[in-house]
Amino acid sequence: MTDNRTLEPKTYTLTRADLVAYAEASGDHNPIHQDEEVARSVGLPGVIAHGMYTMALAARAVADWYPGAELVSIGTKFTAPVVVPAAGGVEVEVAGEAKEPVDGLTTIALTVTSGGQKVLGMPKAVVRAP
Amino acid sequence: MAVDQSLVGRSFPPTAPYTVTEVAVRAFAEATGGEYAGGPAPATFPIVLAFDAMNAFLEAERLDLFRIVHGEQRFAYERPVVPGDVLTATLSVASLRQIGGNDIIGTASEITDADGALVCSTNATLVHRGPDAS
Repeated sequence: MTDNRTLEPKTYTLTRADLVAYAEASGDHNPIHQDEEVARSVGLPGVIAHGMYTMALAARAVADWYPGAELVSIGTKFTAPVVVPAAGGVEVEVAGEAKEPVDGLTTIALTVTSGGQKVLGMPKAVVRAP
Repeated sequence: MAVDQSLVGRSFPPTAPYTVTEVAVRAFAEATGGEYAGGPAPATFPIVLAFDAMNAFLEAERLDLFRIVHGEQRFAYERPVVPGDVLTATLSVASLRQIGGNDIIGTASEITDADGALVCSTNATLVHRGPDAS
């Protein structure tokens, strides 16, 4: 596909404080996003970001690329956890390739990575945009 | 304990009506590092409703939230969510399978407004990690 358009990658930093704010705002108080011990007790490498947090960043990138455009759908698999350290933060990068529009709909294949590793599986958004 | 196969196809009662406020939308946008200057809510905001429905489902089935890991999520929108909307979510169980001591639960939630019109449908795959999961 030669007509794909590469969108300017966006980088976001997230911290444990962001996870606390997100838990409050979303109602998702799963302790695996706050408590190291609980996270490890279920076999996770440490406190992980809400998958929905990472997805929200992907959606934010799409909104930045296509301001005001109608979002038709967005979906992803959560394939690798984003481990958030107790001190400092972790970076998440959202990259996108927009396909040639079909019937006014543009499909964007996203690539979402943290520390060079893909954290979302086949994330994809569809916007109504020229 | 594995989740019961008879769950597949079952619908759970709609969540209590939830009024979308500017304050809630702003808190959601800011928590993910964004800004909110009015207008439509961030795209993933309907998770607030879907999550409420999921919590009721977990409670009804006596599943622990801390054993749940999110496998997959998809939203298909009829229109954006805006402050003033009064929304409810209705969750049904679409699929269920067991892999390596984990239950893989496919759920579908429909989010409707005060007129009963569909705002967004959302599908989630929830991985319930069993005590002996690999």
